[in-house]
Amino acid sequence: MSLTKRTFMTTLAASALAMTGFSGPAQAFEPTKPIDFVIMAGAGGGADQIARFIQSVAEKKDLTTRPLVPNNKGGGSGAEALIALKGASDPDHTILVTLNSFFATPLRQPNLGIDIQTFTPVAMMGVDPFVLWVHKDSGITTFEQWLETVKGMDGEYVMGGTGKGQEDSTVVAWMEGTFDIKIKYIPYDGGGAVAKDLAGQQIMASVNNPAEAKGFYESGDVVPLIAFSDERLAAYQDVRTVKELGHDFSYYNQRAVVGAPGMSDDAAAYYQDLFKTVYDTEEWQGYMASESLSPLWLDADQQREYWSTQVQNHKDLFAAMGE
Amino acid sequence: MEILGLLGDGMALSLQPLNILLIMVGVTLGLFIGAMPGLGSVNGVAILLPVTFLVPPGSAIIFLAAIYYGAMYGGAISSITLGIPGASTAVATTFDGRPLALKGRASLALVTAAIASFIGGTVANILFTMFAPLLASVALSFGPPEIFALMLLAFATFVGLGGDDIPKTIFSICIGLVFAAVGFDQISGAPRLVFFDISGFLHGINFLVLAIGVYGIGEMLWTLDTTRGKITSTETKMSVKGIVDDSKEGMKRGWKGTTIGSFLGFFVGILPAAGATPGSLMSYGVAKMVAKNPKEFGQGHPGGVAAPEAANNSASTGAMLPMLTLGIPGSPTTAILLGGMVIWGLTPGPRLFVDQSEFVWGLIGSFYVSNFFALVINLAFIPLFIWMLRMPFTILAPLIFVLSVVGGFAATRDMHDVWLMLGFGLGAFFLRKFDYPLAPAVLAIVLGPIAEPTLRQSLLLSSGDPMIFLNRPIAGPITIIAIILILLPVLNWARGKMRKTAT
Amino acid sequence: MRLGEIVTAGILALFSIYLMVESAKLDVGYISGEGPGGGAWPFWLSAIMLVCTGFIAFNWYRKTSPPSRSEDPVLDEFGVKNLILVGGGLLGFIALIDVISMYGAMALFLIYYVRFLGRHSWWLTLALAIGLPIAFFFFFEGLMRITMPKGLDFTEPFYNVLYDIIY
Repeated sequence: MSLTKRTFMTTLAASALAMTGFSGPAQAFEPTKPIDFVIMAGAGGGADQIARFIQSVAEKKDLTTRPLVPNNKGGGSGAEALIALKGASDPDHTILVTLNSFFATPLRQPNLGIDIQTFTPVAMMGVDPFVLWVHKDSGITTFEQWLETVKGMDGEYVMGGTGKGQEDSTVVAWMEGTFDIKIKYIPYDGGGAVAKDLAGQQIMASVNNPAEAKGFYESGDVVPLIAFSDERLAAYQDVRTVKELGHDFSYYNQRAVVGAPGMSDDAAAYYQDLFKTVYDTEEWQGYMASESLSPLWLDADQQREYWSTQVQNHKDLFAAMGE
Repeated sequence: MEILGLLGDGMALSLQPLNILLIMVGVTLGLFIGAMPGLGSVNGVAILLPVTFLVPPGSAIIFLAAIYYGAMYGGAISSITLGIPGASTAVATTFDGRPLALKGRASLALVTAAIASFIGGTVANILFTMFAPLLASVALSFGPPEIFALMLLAFATFVGLGGDDIPKTIFSICIGLVFAAVGFDQISGAPRLVFFDISGFLHGINFLVLAIGVYGIGEMLWTLDTTRGKITSTETKMSVKGIVDDSKEGMKRGWKGTTIGSFLGFFVGILPAAGATPGSLMSYGVAKMVAKNPKEFGQGHPGGVAAPEAANNSASTGAMLPMLTLGIPGSPTTAILLGGMVIWGLTPGPRLFVDQSEFVWGLIGSFYVSNFFALVINLAFIPLFIWMLRMPFTILAPLIFVLSVVGGFAATRDMHDVWLMLGFGLGAFFLRKFDYPLAPAVLAIVLGPIAEPTLRQSLLLSSGDPMIFLNRPIAGPITIIAIILILLPVLNWARGKMRKTAT
Repeated sequence: MRLGEIVTAGILALFSIYLMVESAKLDVGYISGEGPGGGAWPFWLSAIMLVCTGFIAFNWYRKTSPPSRSEDPVLDEFGVKNLILVGGGLLGFIALIDVISMYGAMALFLIYYVRFLGRHSWWLTLALAIGLPIAFFFFFEGLMRITMPKGLDFTEPFYNVLYDIIY
């Protein structure tokens, strides 16, 4: 078992209390009922797969005394999940697997009354980079060629994505603004459907996570052009990043777990500990490698900081998109 | 012949003692999960994940296939005995299954359903074995315009399913389609029809909430009301001879439906966006159209049970195809399965058949074996379900209500939906009194979420030009057939009128 | 029935108008180059519903539909009693879920229905009211991993013991 700094401090404080004769509930938290493991996306999406992977790792290693029960609440771009967490009747047994709609949805729908800083940080499990893909039959092999083609089509170039305000559309909007191109954007209900319609040439290009396009990449149907990550991706070493082109831009989808607002410190410490253990397992490390996730472990305080910067980033991006 | 060898190995794996045991347990479990309104193969597969760590991965896959098949067979059981479609794929089964049960022929309906399911599953397995890679490319060529054209065709095939009152039938279709739009507009990303800002509407109105409300509560209240609470079941005791006679009769009158369902269901099922429900509806519609006496459909014709049941089994097997070959889950069940495969370290996608052929053929082999055992176990359980029907109605009714409430909750795990279901039930009770047909609304809420986004995606693709549905090589013919089918009743009516004036 | 038919049509017409108003919060027109707006689908379908209620009213006037000719009451004495006893029982069942948990409410509903409406023996009633919730608990919570509502906090110690058994 690995101790995070925080649990270590809690344990220390607890033993100190015990020694001075206080008989408070010093024992660390243990769940007494099944843990409501809310997923901010419908069944089958990237976030859902990750949640179920984490659940099965926890199950396999017997890490929890009560099971994690996956609960898909993908409605309203994650608004449904955020509202469910905010009103959770038992915050100590309610956690949420998030993606970037955790930041974007409260910004785009202020009437929800969600303040994400009230949520309890649990674990940052990694971030999922985005890559621009085209079909091999288009003959395009470089990003410059692609830009040329898009410009030549004058607004008739068709891309697919998971919907306005979703992660990939943010990247598309950024490209439109930066490279002065116009794209026709078709929303789908999931990244998998986008990748499939790219392979079937229903659309001309897509911004997909590597995990979603991997199967078609291995079969040679789709070609990666450029990555929107800070550094080149291990599995796609010859794909350049936009940073190499001199643009200070990168965009990742966060794969993080947060607790309901009002979760007790003991419970938060318990879950932080649990997910640190999951993070360090061979299984999770292997999953990140095979699905090209970038490892990024953040402790609770760093997560809060990360949230602030991300909220600001999204505000800037939305402002730049003219929303 | 290499394929047959691989398939043989796959089947041999399924026939080891541990695996046979898992198949028996899985099929039985799946049968009850499928028969429980509100639960379906998706729940069955979800419980599989933990089990995967107790047995070797090969056995886990087999267990999974067994649950999957069991649940598909089980869906028909609640449609026939309780009149509640436990899953959207089994809606069409209620059209003739329920009337048969009310006539005291539940055993005929159940036996027909079981045999048709077996044939549908087997045909699908054979098609799958022989043509998987080829069919994958067919699935890829279906974009939004093609899927929308297919939805149009699905609507066209059940135009004749409503009652005689045309305005009420159209009303019912429209209200189902509007309810399907509740929640969230996929294209603009904006919340839509979130009544009174109640957050429970954000996830939309689940098909099961409407279906259980209409059939489990509304229909039950209506039955209690019209029969003055004095229902007596005329179900006879089951015997082996009875089952044999029923299977003979079921196949004699249902072979056409079974054939249609097996093939049509499979081809619709392999399209990732469409799935098993449109497949079973279209098969029912086509079986009715080609029947010698279409009027018998809806009154309790075994062909009306055989067609959708053959189709939904066939389509559910077909739905595995895009998942395995393209990595695209066609249904929530296959989505969870996909997650499972990632956990086992497999990458679904075009390379899977090449890189992991042992896994793929093990899975397909276990389909054949599970399908067979599902038939045998299902037939063995039929007397139990018949016995349930012989219970006094004052015990059966509260059981159905309890199953409805529990199932309504289990479907979305939201109390909001349980209240909504009660509301739908009471509303359906009154609408039923005034002869509003409600099956069209239940069907529309399933097809709506497929039809609307594909319509709008297509129009985005064509910059708003509706000709996109006519000038594409696959979408065009489908659209034209659909339009002809929709206009057929109007044409017939006009011809009748003209003949009248001529004479 | 005749009165009920037109009242129902009227209520449905009002409901259609309400749906149209709600849909109109989004764009209901045809955006050039993009196709229909976000509200168009529900808006125009609700409009068709409204037209249908118009036809239903017209058929009522012409007395062409069976309910518009029938002089039977919508609900006779038995019907009212049935609706209140059964529908009310269901309402109570669902309302109690958030108080005494799904399983507790289920047990009470079964006692109410089997014993008081069905007039079966207490033996049978209790066998069902105790056996079924227990069977459902093990099936849903243990096997299917679906947590049902547990009601107010006071049920917690009881369920904690049960969870210790199944996990």
